[in-house]
Amino acid sequence: MIAEYGHMALIVALCFSVAQAVVPMVGSFVGYRTWMRLGHSLALGQLVFVAISFACLTAAFLQDDFSLQYVANNSNTLLPTQFKVSAVWGAHEGSLLLWALILALWSAAVALFSSHLPLVLSSRVLSILGAISVGFGLFILLTSNPFARILPFSPTEGGDLNPLLQDFGLIVHPPMLYMGYVGFSVAFAFAVAALIGGQFDSAWARWARPWINSAWVFLTIGITLGSWWAYYELGWGGWWFWDPVENASLMPWLVGTALVHSISVTEKRGAFRSWTLLLAILAFSLSLLGTFLVRSGVLTSVHAFANDPERGVFILAFLGLVVGSSLLLFALRGPVVQRQQGDTEVVSYSGLSREMMLLLNNVLLVSAMAMILIGTLYPLIADVLGLGKISVGPPYFNFFFVPMTLGLMVAMGFAVFSRWKKTDVQMLRQKGMVPFLISLSAALILPLFLAESITWESYSMTAVITLGAVFWVVTMSLEDLWQKLDRGSSKAGSLVANASRLKNITKLPGSYWGMQCAHIGIAVCALGVGLSSVYDVQKDVRMVPGDRVAVAGYEFTFDSLDFVQGPNYGASRGQISAYKNDRLVAVLHPEKRKYEARNQVMTEAALDAGLTRDLYVSLGEPLKGDAWAIRVHVKPFVRCIWLGGLMIGLGGLLSILDKRYRRRRQPSGVVAGVGAE
Amino acid sequence: MNRLALFIPFALCLALGAFLFFSLGKDPLDLPSALVGEPFPEFALEELHEPERQVSTADFDGQVLLVNVWATWCFACRIEHPWLNSLATEGVVIVGLNYKDHRELAQAWLEKRGDPYQFSIFDPRGILGIDLGVYGAPETYLVDADGIIRHRRVGVVDERVWNEEFRDLYQQLMDEANGK
Amino acid sequence: MHPLRKQRLQLVILLVVAAALVIGLVVYMLRENGNFFYTPAQIISGEAPQNTFLRAGGMVVDDSVLRSDDSLWVQFKITDGIATLTVEHTGILPDLFAEGEAAIASGKVDENLVLQATEILAKHDEKYTPPEVADAMNEAYKQKEAAKNGSYK
Repeated sequence: MIAEYGHMALIVALCFSVAQAVVPMVGSFVGYRTWMRLGHSLALGQLVFVAISFACLTAAFLQDDFSLQYVANNSNTLLPTQFKVSAVWGAHEGSLLLWALILALWSAAVALFSSHLPLVLSSRVLSILGAISVGFGLFILLTSNPFARILPFSPTEGGDLNPLLQDFGLIVHPPMLYMGYVGFSVAFAFAVAALIGGQFDSAWARWARPWINSAWVFLTIGITLGSWWAYYELGWGGWWFWDPVENASLMPWLVGTALVHSISVTEKRGAFRSWTLLLAILAFSLSLLGTFLVRSGVLTSVHAFANDPERGVFILAFLGLVVGSSLLLFALRGPVVQRQQGDTEVVSYSGLSREMMLLLNNVLLVSAMAMILIGTLYPLIADVLGLGKISVGPPYFNFFFVPMTLGLMVAMGFAVFSRWKKTDVQMLRQKGMVPFLISLSAALILPLFLAESITWESYSMTAVITLGAVFWVVTMSLEDLWQKLDRGSSKAGSLVANASRLKNITKLPGSYWGMQCAHIGIAVCALGVGLSSVYDVQKDVRMVPGDRVAVAGYEFTFDSLDFVQGPNYGASRGQISAYKNDRLVAVLHPEKRKYEARNQVMTEAALDAGLTRDLYVSLGEPLKGDAWAIRVHVKPFVRCIWLGGLMIGLGGLLSILDKRYRRRRQPSGVVAGVGAE
Repeated sequence: MNRLALFIPFALCLALGAFLFFSLGKDPLDLPSALVGEPFPEFALEELHEPERQVSTADFDGQVLLVNVWATWCFACRIEHPWLNSLATEGVVIVGLNYKDHRELAQAWLEKRGDPYQFSIFDPRGILGIDLGVYGAPETYLVDADGIIRHRRVGVVDERVWNEEFRDLYQQLMDEANGK
Repeated sequence: MHPLRKQRLQLVILLVVAAALVIGLVVYMLRENGNFFYTPAQIISGEAPQNTFLRAGGMVVDDSVLRSDDSLWVQFKITDGIATLTVEHTGILPDLFAEGEAAIASGKVDENLVLQATEILAKHDEKYTPPEVADAMNEAYKQKEAAKNGSYK
């Protein structure tokens, strides 16, 4: 019965979305305020019913209602409770319902926090969000209904959740990721609303910015979590595979990052208008494209849901409609947007100005995205054109992505000091000298200490370049911070100077701290990526209990092997001790699990995590006799990757908390004194 | 910016959409059409319950029947099995193809859940499976009185699927066979 | 020329040159790094180039997996229903690798027509078959049917 309520709630929600898509938009054209305002209530109503539907599905899982096909395929009576809940979004139908729920959440948020927006704009934004909800609602109800029943004979036991997904990572990663994907629909809606209305000014940018930043923060954290999860869950020690589904999440993120930067130019200087609109449309389009790639089965991927061409056609049609119509609107209305009332001066800027830096940023980010898009779609295109079945591997992606990232980091260092309209080259040279020297020295000297032994072969140019870029970003950022804290303080005695510096900390706006935190986060992440790629040591060995193997300065002994029983699996569990310089550093327990319901084998790696290195051990397969194939990794600095990712997300969060977004009725004057944007 | 340049994103989107659409058309699961209309492949394998008995297409005996690919390791087979049982009691002839399985386990599975099959082909190495192009279980083939495959379903056959995909064709084939 | 126009023109030229460079590199890299997929039949018949990095896939033949006693060397055979290809690999096999299931191996084919694989991929879900392998099986079936019909002509 609960499933039927869930199904009905979904239909009601669809009705709400249809109304939400139509009524406010019409109202905005004819000027009926009541109709425009209705959008807000409709969005809230839609949320209520989608939430009810989601709750019903969750209840079905918790009650082990195997008469529902979706529950029977993805759950089991022995499945631990927290995974029964996360199994709700563990496969196609349920994850779509999660999409719909999150879309309803964002729409409701817009409805609640848009009282300061002109009604014409907010009603149109909600209409567009409603239209997107209609698309997803129809998709779920027509092709992917999670409430479909198996009748007349229902199984008494479920097929269990895929063991790879029975993990904490699955509880948090998809919701975070979807919050990001779907969040960009708000930016999209704002852009399309602006195109429809033809009104696009710095006020629009100021209103849209918190929404863009929030979506971006979620996506950043979602991707970081996904990488971290793949690392410890898949058992191979890898954390990024340039897999189509991973690329599908990285592309909107790159465009989102470009958008976050480009919109600041639009807000402050009124430039890059069409470009910002295009980016907003593009970010969400890439989210939808990602959805298509994952669920249509056209690409081979470790992440892909089982393929279904019927669903693929629907998503493609929806994708085409949404993206095609918005881009057509962009082409038709673009010129209107470019010429705004109140435009007095033509926007000009010189070579090293902040505008130029941000333009460079955008060019690099969008190029990276285009390169990844081509690489991801190339197998498809080659297949359609009859060129054969080709797959594009990591070398292609790394070849472009690495230099682009380095370019971005070099620019980042300069960009911190750049000023709007014109930057003094002399000042840059002067400020940059010390950081440059520090970075150069660190880059050349540190690699000597990082390798196991100091030899010519082990001196890695990659490490040099990585460290150089990382130190450059950090030192330039700190230099700028120091300079800003110093402002206003006299050169008097150091105690007074320090006190005024401390006071200046509170004067710096949230968006400044956000920028610093995010940029340094990128540096930390790059540190992790670069150093772990260079100094990672991996050995696959055959061991019997009692054997020992030396890897990268550590000694690993295979102590013993036991058999243990979990709630829904049985496992071979090894004990491996790690020693450094004859001192015990860690005891690791990798497992090879067999999940009974699916008869599926899964590797559970054992990790000893540390900031400067991870020790990673996994059981491969049982060999003749008592022997096992065992994989041992020593991965220096790999944890910095995700630490950096979190810092980037934190940076975004700090920006959102900037006071000026909380000052509703006041004009957007420049924040006095310390802290340029 | 040049007015025409604004149309570039739209044009790219159309081109991409076209490619994606055609890539959908090349769906590998479009296999059914390759087999439908072809005679059921020849085989000579042991029967599941009676190892000394060899079975082949001759044992189809000019009947209109279903060939159902199943295995004990296949979870979804358990979902469709009750419906197959109910079809069998209504007189639909079903031949089982026990695919890449263990004999004792398979026999026990049928004892526990009911045996709707007139007989079950024991194909532990998947030889017949390869000839049929099977990639997994469950799959079901509708074979007519002349031994030609008339329909193939990859996935569970439950009441809804039966009604939508099989029932009318089955009825038509039965009428043709009886009319002869 | 108006300074703003000049600035814009410089920008456009810069972007066009950069774009051309990048596009050229992209095309080059795709060609160099595009790994082609071949079926066992294509490799055995010599259609596939030797000593070039490629991918091959099919169903793992029953009882064909051989492991060395003292190292991580392993050998097995994959088939597309027409021909059987021997694959050799040193390392750990993925969890879902099993006889009778689909597998994709990447590496180079040596002069004995044995694929020296550097990487083995197996499916990640029981319902999932990589599209390339499914296509190969499909093609194999069509070829066999064509051969059968051809012999009746």
